[in-house]
Amino acid sequence: MLLREVEYARPASVEEAVRLLSEHEGARALAGGQTLINVMKARAASPDVLIDLNKLADLKGIDLASDGTVSIGAMVTYTELMESAEARARPILGEVCAQIADVQVRNRGTIGGNVCSNDPTNHLPPLMVALGATMHILGGDGERTVPAEEFFLGVYMTAAGPGELLTKISVPPGKSDGFASVPIGRDGTCIVNAAASVNGGVRLALGCVDAVPVLLKTSSADADAVRSAVRDANLDPPADVHASADYRRHLAEVVAVRAAAEAHGKR
Amino acid sequence: MDVKVTVNGETYERDVEARKLLIHFLRDDLNLTGSHIGCDTGNCGACSVIVDGVLVKSCMMLAVQADGATIETVEGLAKDGELNALQQSFSDHHALQCGYCTPGMLMSATALLRGNAHPSEDEIRKGIQGNLCRCTGYVNIVSAIKAAAE
Repeated sequence: MLLREVEYARPASVEEAVRLLSEHEGARALAGGQTLINVMKARAASPDVLIDLNKLADLKGIDLASDGTVSIGAMVTYTELMESAEARARPILGEVCAQIADVQVRNRGTIGGNVCSNDPTNHLPPLMVALGATMHILGGDGERTVPAEEFFLGVYMTAAGPGELLTKISVPPGKSDGFASVPIGRDGTCIVNAAASVNGGVRLALGCVDAVPVLLKTSSADADAVRSAVRDANLDPPADVHASADYRRHLAEVVAVRAAAEAHGKR
Repeated sequence: MDVKVTVNGETYERDVEARKLLIHFLRDDLNLTGSHIGCDTGNCGACSVIVDGVLVKSCMMLAVQADGATIETVEGLAKDGELNALQQSFSDHHALQCGYCTPGMLMSATALLRGNAHPSEDEIRKGIQGNLCRCTGYVNIVSAIKAAAE
């Protein structure tokens, strides 16, 4: 498919990337391109300028701090995260990335692209909310941090606004995590997904049932408590060719219980 | 923009529009038509090539992003008109019918076998998960890759 005409810039630093993003109204950051290039083909997005982040080494690293915090550069690919020794400190990260699409997509798709596109069916938004991750956003006025549950604002919308760039995600230490989904085919798009973390308190987040991940209120990972927490959330999920709203509501309970049980079992 | 790439050992330099996808650059500008366009939505994998050692779908990458890269396509597999072991195995095991998906299957299998010389059936199936075949099913393709690894 021939894309609409677009300008292309390959900044040499993160600061230059932020400057270019704020200078051009129609500029868009190009991460792995596994979503953006396809929506450009469909003309669902038509940026005037693509700011390619692929050569920026500062967005690439994975670090493990002495307290167990894992910091992941926004341009780390799913494959890199799966193979990273540092990321094994929080094993769920690589385990979930291994369920995304296929080898080729995992080789180019990035952590930052996944969360910044905030497609409600993506895997990582609910995971980041459940893990209590912190998002680092760089703009013209410097860096700010946003907790994951405040990062996702709407379908395809996040707290990283125009002229800003997600640079890194920090994930606090922990081991007792779970993820469950009902996808369309193995490793396909999720119909409903859920991520759970039982490290101290219980954090349970549902995906695909609202514009943003739904963080459930429950003090227990017990199946009955999780089921009633899902019911108390009064979900109003979308209906499409893959599932009715009622079926999604039903699946939300199923995957929430599975994710919570997996997390609880690793304690 | 000026783009310089090495494809199957040969260096090419071309002036390319930023909007051109890598698959169109390979097929239309370099006349390397072995890599196919199946779905053009990132699903079918017929356009799979190896860029700097990494298997990618070339319909989801811009040609300008490949500037400076070393690219391997299906045309680079046979040497002096002789099929390589993997290609011969595809032929021996009837791993293709119409052949449209084959270039992508071969590149995915090449990448898989480089990282894992003796993959299990499950690993092979996971390795070609991003490649769709609409003729044969996958049984003979999996057998061909397995035999080539032995």
